[in-house]
Amino acid sequence: MSIISVQNLSKHFKSLKAVDDISFSIGEGEVFGFLGPNGAGKTTTINILCTLLAPTAGTASIAGFDCVKQPDQVRSSIGLIFQDTTLDSGLTAYENLKFHAYLYNLDRKLTEKRIDEMLSVVELMGRKNDPIKNFSGGMKRRLEIARGLLHYPRVLFLDEPTLGLDPQTRNTIWEFINTLREREKITVFMTTHYMEEAENCGRIAIIDHGRIIALDTPQKLKDLVQGDTIHLVTENNERACAEISELFGIDCHPENGGLFIETERGEEFIPQLIHRLPVRVKSVNLRKPTLNDVFLKLTGRTIRDDVLSDDKEITREFVRSHRRAQR
Amino acid sequence: MIQFRPIYVICMREFIKFFREKSRLLGTLARPVLWLFVVGNGMSALIKPQAGFSYLQFIFPGMMGMTILFASIFSSISIVWDREFGFMKEMLVAPISRLSIVVGKAISGTAISAAQAIIILVLVPFLGIKLSVMEFLEVTALSLLVSFCITSLGILIAARLTSFDGFNIIMNFLVMPMFFLSGAMYPVTSMPPALRALTHLNPLTYGIDSFKHVLLADATPPMGPEFPLALDLAVVVAVSVLMLTLAALSFRKKE
Ligand SMILES: Nc1ncnc2c1ncn2[C@@H]1O[C@H](COP(=O)(O)OP(=O)(O)OP(=O)(O)O)[C@@H](O)[C@H]1O
Ligand SMILES: [Mg+2]
Repeated sequence: MSIISVQNLSKHFKSLKAVDDISFSIGEGEVFGFLGPNGAGKTTTINILCTLLAPTAGTASIAGFDCVKQPDQVRSSIGLIFQDTTLDSGLTAYENLKFHAYLYNLDRKLTEKRIDEMLSVVELMGRKNDPIKNFSGGMKRRLEIARGLLHYPRVLFLDEPTLGLDPQTRNTIWEFINTLREREKITVFMTTHYMEEAENCGRIAIIDHGRIIALDTPQKLKDLVQGDTIHLVTENNERACAEISELFGIDCHPENGGLFIETERGEEFIPQLIHRLPVRVKSVNLRKPTLNDVFLKLTGRTIRDDVLSDDKEITREFVRSHRRAQR
Repeated sequence: MIQFRPIYVICMREFIKFFREKSRLLGTLARPVLWLFVVGNGMSALIKPQAGFSYLQFIFPGMMGMTILFASIFSSISIVWDREFGFMKEMLVAPISRLSIVVGKAISGTAISAAQAIIILVLVPFLGIKLSVMEFLEVTALSLLVSFCITSLGILIAARLTSFDGFNIIMNFLVMPMFFLSGAMYPVTSMPPALRALTHLNPLTYGIDSFKHVLLADATPPMGPEFPLALDLAVVVAVSVLMLTLAALSFRKKE
């Protein structure tokens, strides 16, 4: 049973094909991710699904309701966390949630209980009556998640849920999303251009220039690229290389005072290697393929390069987190 | 389709924010006082009282009109703020009709704007204008009507404005001319014919004229009302309905 179903969906802005004939369906309870560089069409797709934009062609439905013909039913079934904050900074946390409850016609008695419940889940109960303008970026994000879930949606949309947040806050947000998903039994549709974040998804669609270029589980996608790379430094690299070729029958390239081996299941191979290699090993480094490698293989570009050249905000965030890491 | 709870909560939000923004309240109240006593007193030296009515008394209805004009435009421009700061999306993706949003904004804008116009009635005793309870109620009703008209116009503009840059253009090329070409500052009858024709196209002219019917009931042109009250009311109501309909329509359109 699929809860979101998208068929041959397109959205053109004049001559630009922002979304170009995409199709996919998402099962109930799934965490589905859209991964792609800036301008790939992620937000545009969400805007169509949440009834803010009319598609140029194709159909989309959520919980059995057509996104164009039954917008009200669709809107009642979904919760949204937009890429840019949509809180009212002139109101308090409580007032923002209360406003939401009225818009979604939540039962009056239920409202107060539910607001407290959601505020405790995102650990903002202590800030209930504080104005939003004093909140940090991470707190605002958490409040938006609480608000998005207030009316028991069946699908939660998260457009770049952790954009511009530091890595630590990013992890906290993900813990919340995962707990909430289990608690509320909802389907999650998210977009991101952080590779690490995409790994949280059950399935990922890689989108580029408005088209889905791959759609599978993170593991299967990573299987698309060659196996793991092991970097080895030994006491005698040349001898080690010859031994490895003989013992395991695999290629080995000496380089920069070490040697590279490409293999499947590197973590299982390393113990065997060290055990059987007659040369003493000084250091081992295993590099698993990432979704970045997948994107690179599929498009010939890395997502990060796009991100860095296109989006100043990300650049700033990238620089910031690097500085922090260097300290 | 009009839904009660969303309209109620949209109004509540505007009221809460209005009372929190002390500077906004102060601004709208200080402006008419300033005009009245600084500009008004200066002009009084040039314009002699006519038929027993002073210049200060003459411009008071205009000051109410000005208060309503700025307060209504400011309230409805909150739609542009909402769009800029993203909050509009929260309303647009909720299961409520676009009409409910427009009606909520219209009701709250009208109430906030009329309230400010009524507050400046406290200046009436200082100007030697006498108001009976009945007249006070009449002015209140007229304030609500005129506020509704200008707020609807503001919402229509805000619905069409795609960015905040347009706001300055609207202020300079619509709001200020509407103020100066409304008979608020000088009698319409003494204007050159071309400008006078423009004042007749301005809904605020009719609003201010209706205030004159109550506040300067015994005065005759140029100090007193220019049009019959029925015409004033007809124009204000017709413009309100037209503006609000157009606003609701432009809100419904999606890309
Ligand atoms: N309203 C619009 N009018 C014209 N072009 C638009 C509009 N909205 C989006 N686009 C264009 O459509 C393309 C896809 O934009 P979209 O916002 O969907 O990208 P995205 O994948 O969300 O990117 P990001 O990672 O930066 O959020 C971009 O080239 C963008 O400039
Ligand atoms: Mg986006």
